[in-house]
Amino acid sequence: MRAPATEAANATETGKTVLSAENISLTFGGLKALRDVSFDVKKGEIRAIIGPNGAGKTSMLNCINGFYHPQEGTITFKGVARRRARPDRIARQGIARTFQNVALFKGMSTLDNIMTGRLTKMHTNFLLQAIYWGPNQREEIAHREVCERIIDFLEIEHIRNTPVGRLPYGLQKRVELARALAMEPDLLLLDEPMAGMNLEEKQDMCRFILDTNHQLGTTIVLIEHDMGVVMDLSDRVAVLDYGNLIADGRPDDVQSDQRVIDAYLGVSHQ
Amino acid sequence: MQVLFDFLIGPFFQIFEAPIFFVEVVIGGMAAGIMYALVAIGFAVIFKASGIVNFAQGAMVLFAGLTLVGFLQMGAPLWLALIATVVVMVALAYAVERVVLGPLVNQPLIVLFMATIGLSFVIEGFGELAWGSDVHRLDVGLPRGSFFVGDIMIDRFHLVAAGSAGALVVAIVLFMQYTKFGRALRAVADDHQAALSVGIPLRMIWVITWSIAGVIALVAGVMWGTQAGIQFSLVLIAFKALPVLILGGFNSITGAIVAGLIIGVGETVFEVYWGQMMGGATENWFAYVVAMIFLFFRPQGLFGERIIERV
Repeated sequence: MRAPATEAANATETGKTVLSAENISLTFGGLKALRDVSFDVKKGEIRAIIGPNGAGKTSMLNCINGFYHPQEGTITFKGVARRRARPDRIARQGIARTFQNVALFKGMSTLDNIMTGRLTKMHTNFLLQAIYWGPNQREEIAHREVCERIIDFLEIEHIRNTPVGRLPYGLQKRVELARALAMEPDLLLLDEPMAGMNLEEKQDMCRFILDTNHQLGTTIVLIEHDMGVVMDLSDRVAVLDYGNLIADGRPDDVQSDQRVIDAYLGVSHQ
Repeated sequence: MQVLFDFLIGPFFQIFEAPIFFVEVVIGGMAAGIMYALVAIGFAVIFKASGIVNFAQGAMVLFAGLTLVGFLQMGAPLWLALIATVVVMVALAYAVERVVLGPLVNQPLIVLFMATIGLSFVIEGFGELAWGSDVHRLDVGLPRGSFFVGDIMIDRFHLVAAGSAGALVVAIVLFMQYTKFGRALRAVADDHQAALSVGIPLRMIWVITWSIAGVIALVAGVMWGTQAGIQFSLVLIAFKALPVLILGGFNSITGAIVAGLIIGVGETVFEVYWGQMMGGATENWFAYVVAMIFLFFRPQGLFGERIIERV
């Protein structure tokens, strides 16, 4: 199945559409987490999703990476539409993510955590690996090099061999980003990458996100509460409120949208 | 006074007076310990991969033993029966993943643990249904009898049991250390969602893990079956593996072996030299008391990963 050609024709300044979500509705029992939400992500942009708590932002990310399967609507990634796909398959197709509450492999070192991001890129069959060492070792070294570059890139050399469970929160978030980058994703989903950080850590993280976008050319979807950060980083902003998409556009336009202001100030819903 | 002497000093006199007997007692204990370890390794592999305490491991040992005996009685040659049993255990692993684990992904571990209790009864009942409930003799041609090294008597079968346990551990450790499966498995054990998000096929990892546990159960079944016959009380040896796991650390395969030896030797020596004073049959509770003491002082076990919890 192919996405309609009009999708690509609609592309604006940043490029082709990488991902489009059309008419997504997601319910848990009687709770409607997302109602008929449509939005797209274009190649090379930083796309922010904002909204008050419980607006459905994380649910949206979970739909994109396959943790949730929306009851209605289709998600098209790189021109291929899908309905129910397993999250590990979607990861292999090139979508990486981080989590709101850091989800690292706590018992492993920083380097091992990042190396898990390479698992999908390892082609040697692991049963073969057990009996035949040659290409396997060469492959391991090649992957190790990729990881070392990412470690350099995110400036975490000094904690390379530390078990991540012992790291402070800000660094854990950075290791999580490193693991996602090790997958060399086409689309990177960041769920509140700066939550719980101090100012200095936030500035570092902003720099890393921008560098990832500019230097590696990674397309990024980002959920963030810090408005300053969102307005500075993102090319386009989608605003969710009670599962509805209430605004979508450039940061400046969204900021002055009356419905967005109402949502954030908590005007009652009649 | 006399009681204290009997308890604290007397036994050591006995050991000193008959050292060769003592060595034989220790060897007997090690043999028993290896048998516990064979079951405990199966638990440890599954715990490592999923954090689940698989209550059904004992039932899997019984089921593997029954299946092997069943195929042998149907007239299959040993090699074919072994391969067929491995196939059955892999199929069981697949079925467990499909029916029990898959639908419970991301549920609390206690839910999965409860599920394995149910699974234990299902496997046991299914084994009975398929192969009958008689006690079966199992003879796969393992060497019996004994020989002497100096004055010490050694049972050939114990050597075979020790050898196969050692080979199993080496194979598992190599598999985990030198294949990408090992890293994926540790990832799955730590965080299901994160593992999925980096593209690790969680369900396939589980099938592989349970298959490995199934093969370990088969080895344990052959050993226990040769020693005591394939019977339904095999399910109960799972209980003896629990103190071994507490001592060794739930996620350590080396720990399972070392702790199995410690518990086997400990309970045998204790029974022989101290048992009479305590009214005998101390093997029934010795291991659990040791495990309890361990829980006070080193809850992660000898080789287990230290649990660090940030608050």
